[in-house]
Amino acid sequence: MTRLKYAIEDGIVIAKRNVIKIKRVPEVLMFVLISPIMFVLLFAYIFGSAIDIPGGSYREFLIGGIFAQTVIFGATFTGAGLAEDMQKGIINRFRSLPMSPSAVVVGRTASDVVYNSLTLVIMALTGLLVGWRINTGLGSAIVGFGLLLLFAYAFSWIMAFVGLLVPSVEVINNASFIVIFPLTFIANTFVPTDGFPAALRVFAAWNPVSSLTQAVRESFGNIPPGTPPPTDWPLANPVLYSLIWVGIILVVFVPLSIRQYQRATARG
Amino acid sequence: MRSTLPRPPEGNRLPNAIIEATGLHKRYGSVVALAGLDLSVPEGSIFGLLGPNGAGKTTAVSILTTLIPADGGSATVAGADVTKSPDEVRRNIGLSGQYAAVDEQLTGFENLDMVGRLYRLGKQRSRERARELLERFDLVDAGDRPVKTYSGGMRRRLDLAGALVAEPPVLFLDEPTTGLDPRSRTELWSVIRDLVARGATLLLTTQYMEEAEQLADDIMVIDHGREIAHGTADELKLLVGGERISVTVADRDHVGDARRILEGFSVGDVFFDERSAEIVVPISGGAQTLTEALRSLDAGGVAVRDVGLRRPTLDDVFLTLTGHLSEEAADRPTTGGVR
Repeated sequence: MTRLKYAIEDGIVIAKRNVIKIKRVPEVLMFVLISPIMFVLLFAYIFGSAIDIPGGSYREFLIGGIFAQTVIFGATFTGAGLAEDMQKGIINRFRSLPMSPSAVVVGRTASDVVYNSLTLVIMALTGLLVGWRINTGLGSAIVGFGLLLLFAYAFSWIMAFVGLLVPSVEVINNASFIVIFPLTFIANTFVPTDGFPAALRVFAAWNPVSSLTQAVRESFGNIPPGTPPPTDWPLANPVLYSLIWVGIILVVFVPLSIRQYQRATARG
Repeated sequence: MRSTLPRPPEGNRLPNAIIEATGLHKRYGSVVALAGLDLSVPEGSIFGLLGPNGAGKTTAVSILTTLIPADGGSATVAGADVTKSPDEVRRNIGLSGQYAAVDEQLTGFENLDMVGRLYRLGKQRSRERARELLERFDLVDAGDRPVKTYSGGMRRRLDLAGALVAEPPVLFLDEPTTGLDPRSRTELWSVIRDLVARGATLLLTTQYMEEAEQLADDIMVIDHGREIAHGTADELKLLVGGERISVTVADRDHVGDARRILEGFSVGDVFFDERSAEIVVPISGGAQTLTEALRSLDAGGVAVRDVGLRRPTLDDVFLTLTGHLSEEAADRPTTGGVR
């Protein structure tokens, strides 16, 4: 249990350091916050002008998808941050300290929750401006935001692993684009999946991004009235299915990332 | 070439050795970094590991500080085995490497405070310690500025401060002054002496002869991952003989004649430095031999521009033992490295 306590304490020290760095380089924060605004506005006004959602408003439908996509893209930041850390001199200090071997990764994924929270606030405000509303109560809203943050946290462990495996910021950005782009588009994020080719439709139904989006829409009450309930199991139980994925990702990638960190630091 | 200095027999180690390594081996692919290195450092002393780039100095430090595993051999630091109890070793060591291990975006204070927290000194003690160290390393004014605004010397000082946060009994300084200007180097030397005066044990690697001579009680010269000589600075100098005459001839055409004449007085190999046209002759007999040598040169019709009698430097030691110059001498062509 002491090991767990140290892992948490040391992780907090590293997370604090990362947050200080956010303040020192506000330009990065600006770009991180501008892109979700841009996404909301682009999709709302460009795609929104051409897409009809039967019985509802596309903008309401859209926001849940944008939320899901943005927090998942936010994981790239975790990977890039770790990749950058690994190339910097400070890592040599960390290596020689009697600190918890997981602290650097635990701290990084934790501080990125701060980023994701800020991103969600900005997106929610932008969403409200373009006509999105939470049509349920406070409790459901908290479930929605909580699930987004939890999923983002889990996903950031995947990118943490990638960032430690390939410690190059450029490679991380390109690699994550290749994976995250299709993952967030072959889903119900931006359009209903009914018109997809069969194979893609099945993929979309079982894609955790879809269940996350569905769960968020349900929590905020953004499902157009009269929409038939989804028949695929993941979409019929979106919160449960999303949580299962969160669990699977954490169980696999937390130990994998920590081991990779130790390997990467033992190389020099 | 191996040293012929008397050494304590194997297995009869110093009882108070705080750093102890036996038969360390390490290879990177086909490159052998360490080929069976033994060392033993008594508590409260400065041990200098001297060698050119690629000699295996950093590899040795990395193994002793638990950063990389050895392929063979064993080592203990402050009584703990580096392989079996790395955490215990880490609690007792401070490491300052060749490249400043500091966070550019954090301030000096934040860097030290963070290190204190990671040594688990607690919030208050970490802060106190950070302020103390900033003061001791003359960084108080810069303490609340991001490190990216620091000069190279300031970064090194901050890095060294980082190694001292937990007041570890054993310090490893890997080429602490490489790349520093002479003033910063001298400053850092006085800090290092002060540390040992306070009871720390220090293992220092360097490619600078002068640094080893200035700081270390005990010097081990390594090359290609193995020891080639070991002793105090004075002992190492004895190893390559006594005094030297250095002669610079006025006319380069006479170098050949001069060498031939001087070889008659030499007790070892005569070296000639192409760039400075200096001939270095190990001799015995001091001023008497010098006088005779000059007479012979005069009789042989060789005009001499400059002549001197000097004690061997560690540069001479290095050259004799490894057959090549130290980095320092190679970087310093005008002040008479020998070749």
